[in-house]
Amino acid sequence: MPALPAAVPLSWYLTLSAFLFVLGVAGFLFRRNIITVFMSIELMLNAVNLTFITFSYKLQQVDGHIFSFFVMVVAAAEAAVGLAIILTVFKNRQTLEIDELDSLKN
Amino acid sequence: MDALLFMIFAAIAAVCGINLVIQKHAISSALSLVGVMAALAALYLLLGGEFIAAAQLVVYAGAIMVLFVFVIMLLNAGVERTTRRRPWAQYAGVPLLLVLFGTVALLVQEISPAGDNVIFGEFTKGTPLDVGRALFTTYLLPFEVTSVLILIAILGAIVLARKEID
Repeated sequence: MPALPAAVPLSWYLTLSAFLFVLGVAGFLFRRNIITVFMSIELMLNAVNLTFITFSYKLQQVDGHIFSFFVMVVAAAEAAVGLAIILTVFKNRQTLEIDELDSLKN
Repeated sequence: MDALLFMIFAAIAAVCGINLVIQKHAISSALSLVGVMAALAALYLLLGGEFIAAAQLVVYAGAIMVLFVFVIMLLNAGVERTTRRRPWAQYAGVPLLLVLFGTVALLVQEISPAGDNVIFGEFTKGTPLDVGRALFTTYLLPFEVTSVLILIAILGAIVLARKEID
């Protein structure tokens, strides 16, 4: 096993963030359950938050923390409204599969 | 020690993220997402963000994910069914995503100067004191606008999810 470096380069954090973002995009594109699609969006928001915090460290400024705080607040509001929409869709259509929610298509 | 901690929590985040995408049950995906968020909170601590790490655990892993799990259980979401086959998504989607990740990772390696290391304790401006001071001076107007946004979100959620009254 190769020896670990004493300190982690900044780019590793950014690469991890990119990896999580791509995973979120993959979940958004490939999953068919509306709740899982919604959770993939949350994963993408989290990945971007990690980038904010990393650059905040690099620039030695607190502004990145404030931005990711606002992202969290907006995500909370979005989750509340989005899940209410999902509840309403389920009440009207009795399904959570996005393939079956295609009344706008034709 | 820093590198070891980063490796452990990055591995947890990556594995839970992959698990989120490949699990077929919505509840398994939700629990994986909790794992990602907890691991990210630890990484925020390594980067010196004390307040934001606590907020990540309380707001994201706590409040938002409880909401998700609550809705999954309320709607009794089971195994998802694939009603339509999409061969182009299977064959073109994964390589294109790998290209996206490769491009971003390469760019990050290119632009970040060598020897730019993260050392635990180097960043001391992430305490609740500093975050609060910035939030209530420089960012006071966005903060107040956010409170209006939350109010609208509460009203919207109630209007959308209420029972129809004749």
